[in-house]
Amino acid sequence: MTYTTSEMMTVAAARRLKNGSVCFVGIGLPSKAANLARLTSSPDVVLIYESGPIGAKPNVLPLSIGDGELAETADTVVSTSEIFRYWLQGGRVDVGFLGAAQVDRFGNINTTVVGDYHNPKVRLPGAGGAPEIAGSAREVLIILKQSSRAFVNKLDFVTSVGHGEGGDSRKRLGLPGAGPVGIITDLCIMEPEAGTNEFVVTALHPGVTREQVIAATGWELRFADNVVVSEEPSEYELSALRDLEARTAAAHGQAPGEA
Amino acid sequence: MAEILSLHDAVKQFVNDGDTVALEGFTHLIPTAAGHEIIRQRKKDLTLVRMTPDLIYDQLIGAGCAKKLIFSWGGNPGVGSLHRLRDAVEKQWPQPMEIEEHSHADLANAYVAGASGLPFAVLRAYAGSDLPKVNPLIKSVTCPFTGEVLAAVPAVRPDVTVIHAQKADRKGNVLLWGILGVQKEAALSARRCIVTVEEIVDDLNAPMNACVLPTWALSAVCVVPGGAHPSYAHGYYERDNRFYQAWDPIGRDREAFSAWIDEYIHGTPDFSEFQSKLARASEAK
Repeated sequence: MTYTTSEMMTVAAARRLKNGSVCFVGIGLPSKAANLARLTSSPDVVLIYESGPIGAKPNVLPLSIGDGELAETADTVVSTSEIFRYWLQGGRVDVGFLGAAQVDRFGNINTTVVGDYHNPKVRLPGAGGAPEIAGSAREVLIILKQSSRAFVNKLDFVTSVGHGEGGDSRKRLGLPGAGPVGIITDLCIMEPEAGTNEFVVTALHPGVTREQVIAATGWELRFADNVVVSEEPSEYELSALRDLEARTAAAHGQAPGEA
Repeated sequence: MAEILSLHDAVKQFVNDGDTVALEGFTHLIPTAAGHEIIRQRKKDLTLVRMTPDLIYDQLIGAGCAKKLIFSWGGNPGVGSLHRLRDAVEKQWPQPMEIEEHSHADLANAYVAGASGLPFAVLRAYAGSDLPKVNPLIKSVTCPFTGEVLAAVPAVRPDVTVIHAQKADRKGNVLLWGILGVQKEAALSARRCIVTVEEIVDDLNAPMNACVLPTWALSAVCVVPGGAHPSYAHGYYERDNRFYQAWDPIGRDREAFSAWIDEYIHGTPDFSEFQSKLARASEAK
């Protein structure tokens, strides 16, 4: 089966979510990948959304973080303050699954501004739940499309901390979780290098060259010693993803937003 | 005891120029009708608090009601930017607007602190983030027991909170369900609270442990069916995703926005007339 680079990204991200893990899900690409995982390899993954649903099993992808579908299919619905206080800060989240507008080589995330904060070129939506998800989840996965505008040498603003300035800087900041363990893009998968915690390419998606990834990265990108080629999406994975997207489009009368 | 009032009278009586106002509802039960009524009554110099400003604050900001915004995520969910918010921040239109920016966990905790009668909230947050550099109100406190350094943020104490809910009884007790967001906390952190509801019933028939706000904790209850549109009211109507998309070109352009406010808000006496006008415009298309 032929597939798009976006489909490859979503499938590769979904495969990273272990069955039975408790996942705090951001809206858009993370939500799509997490639900694909639930519909394929990880039926017992527990999805938590910041609006309050715990154990959501939506039949169609939510357009907003608080769609009724999430509440109706959840094991329980609690208040937003409880989500952040008891469930996230309380240490019950295995994986935080985040998107980003900009990311740097240490997996720090900017979703606040491009340009100067007080005189911004582009005002982005802001932090939402991401800073504390990035801080307190046991580990973090980041999913976004790769381009030199998004993968920058220096963030204009650090909204959510990954590995800080690299090395043991995250530990020194006292953040409880281990931080980002993977960045999954439409071109490749990056993982933090032992010691430096700088993200290096560990897998290229089929047909993608090193030059392509380098051109789509704003820092001097390095590759792991053993770079593997990602396994192509299976027919099973692709049809589950396409069915999910078709159901979503029919329910919302439109293509699912990736905002 | 909450008075059962028209929305016009409740806003007139309980929302003053210069107030700190929280209109809460996390995607669900957003009190749109109340936002419109605040614009209609040309309230000004408001400090607006809301985790997710959404279209409701895009409208209030563009209409010139706000001097300051306290928030943690400002976008049009599933669509893109809030262009009136951006225009106010980037180009000071229609007037300069101060922003005070937090994270969701911070504001959620700050509402809890406000409802708890505490001066500040404490949470594990912000280490390494640039947000404290641009928001001097984000400070730290050292735990007296363990020595851990934690974030401290001021409690949210609105002069008035407005929320939307599904039902009230004739005494003004309010029942809400589904995605609750921080509605209970926002209601209890405020000096005054207005609740708009879909309907008033004889008996709430609330299950034990349901989210019920007792009448004596509220200032006013107003019956405004459909008052959360284009957001949704679980059990009553769905989210109007098309309106969120249709808002993008209106919000993007100052003239289109002003014309919309003049026609749909100032050009209608109340939310029910607004809805009729919107329905007629939609049929004409």
